[in-house]
Amino acid sequence: MDYLYFPGCTLYTKAKNFDQTARDCSLLLGFQLKELPNWTCCGATFPLATDNIMALLPPSRILARAREEGTTLTTLCSVCFNVIKRTNRLIRNDGDKRDTINNFMETNYQGDLRVLHYLEILKQDVGFPRIQEKMKKPLTGLKAAPYYGCMLLRPFEEMEFDDKEKPTLFEGFLEAMGAEAIDFPYKIECCGSFQSVGSPEVATECGYKILGSAVKNGAEVVVSTCPLCTFNIDHKQADIKQKYLDFKPIPVLYFTQLLGIAMGLDYQTLGFGQNFVDPLPLLKGKGFI
Amino acid sequence: MKIELTREKVHNEFAKKVELISGQNLFACYQCGNCTAGCPVAFAMEVGPHEVIRYTLLGLEEEALAVNTFWLCASCLQCTSRCPKGIDIARVMDALRMVILRKKDRKDHIHVSEFQEGFLEKVPQIAFISGFRKFLS
Ligand code: SF4
Ligand code: SF4
Repeated sequence: MDYLYFPGCTLYTKAKNFDQTARDCSLLLGFQLKELPNWTCCGATFPLATDNIMALLPPSRILARAREEGTTLTTLCSVCFNVIKRTNRLIRNDGDKRDTINNFMETNYQGDLRVLHYLEILKQDVGFPRIQEKMKKPLTGLKAAPYYGCMLLRPFEEMEFDDKEKPTLFEGFLEAMGAEAIDFPYKIECCGSFQSVGSPEVATECGYKILGSAVKNGAEVVVSTCPLCTFNIDHKQADIKQKYLDFKPIPVLYFTQLLGIAMGLDYQTLGFGQNFVDPLPLLKGKGFI
Repeated sequence: MKIELTREKVHNEFAKKVELISGQNLFACYQCGNCTAGCPVAFAMEVGPHEVIRYTLLGLEEEALAVNTFWLCASCLQCTSRCPKGIDIARVMDALRMVILRKKDRKDHIHVSEFQEGFLEKVPQIAFISGFRKFLS
């Protein structure tokens, strides 16, 4: 089965390693990501001011165009996923706003796309047992911390992704690959999000707490589902190190990069050059590459 | 800080404006502090989200808009998901930002021209786009 795919801007630039590994893994798992033609920016935030209809237009435009191509739309970036899924639900349930948006864009979209995150495809459509069967190099002995962040989960009534306080989907995925999923109290805490632009020191602090908590609970690697989280907890480790001298860098990988390793993809195609903290020593040490 | 309450202030339009933009009933808040307790950036806030809500309810527009609380809010929705009264506090924080950003004199919270050298190249565009949405009028 093929899925319509919305990459979003960051996956075309600073997170190419996320995009490419997801595409490669999907082929090995028997499905294809069909990129939406002429896609545009999702807006990067779901507008919280109830009267801000303008900010609903970018995600609505994506949805309306996607509906012409198919019935299921998938994304990798948690922020895109959040914005698109919330907007889809709003269009479905709020007749007034739906009419305003459709009139403005000269479309007739009813909110009937199925919007899925790639992890949901792995869980619901592929199934973890099948992933287990596909393992060429099970990640035995790897202590991996699943970092959910906010946007996959909240608001949980709208995202319908997993439990709001104790999600387990990501753990199930890591365990299917043979890794040991590390539970840590900061797995659903915010990475600081766009504060890396507004108040960078605050985001640095958020990243420090998350990574510290993962390490304290035994993690050797933190696994991410979002290029914004990854910037805040991987690339900002330079700032963290500057502030906390005893801080020890820890690799942060996209979940698709780990999947690529476990399914036996050549590690040189996994784009590790874009990861800030070099994961190769760890992966080599464990004998995965 | 000395705060003066007057009948006029308590009955002014400020709370109504914030309620209108956020779509939330602020009067449901019973000041339990759950929102502030779970907020990942509360450590850097001058007052917690629950206190800003109280200021707003009391019509203290000047005090409510002077604190850094809503500028630091990362819209992570942790407070929203935990409020026992079902208030979407992240929407309230956004509404407070909007009250300032929608004023006639442009009072942007960040200025691109002040970014350090190399910042634009380093940070991914997703951070800029969402940041601009939250901090620029
Ligand atoms: S959690 Fe809800 S009820 Fe409690 S102080 Fe915050 S806004 Fe008020
Ligand atoms: S949404 Fe804002 S106020 Fe609420 S917990 Fe997150 S950062 Fe704090």
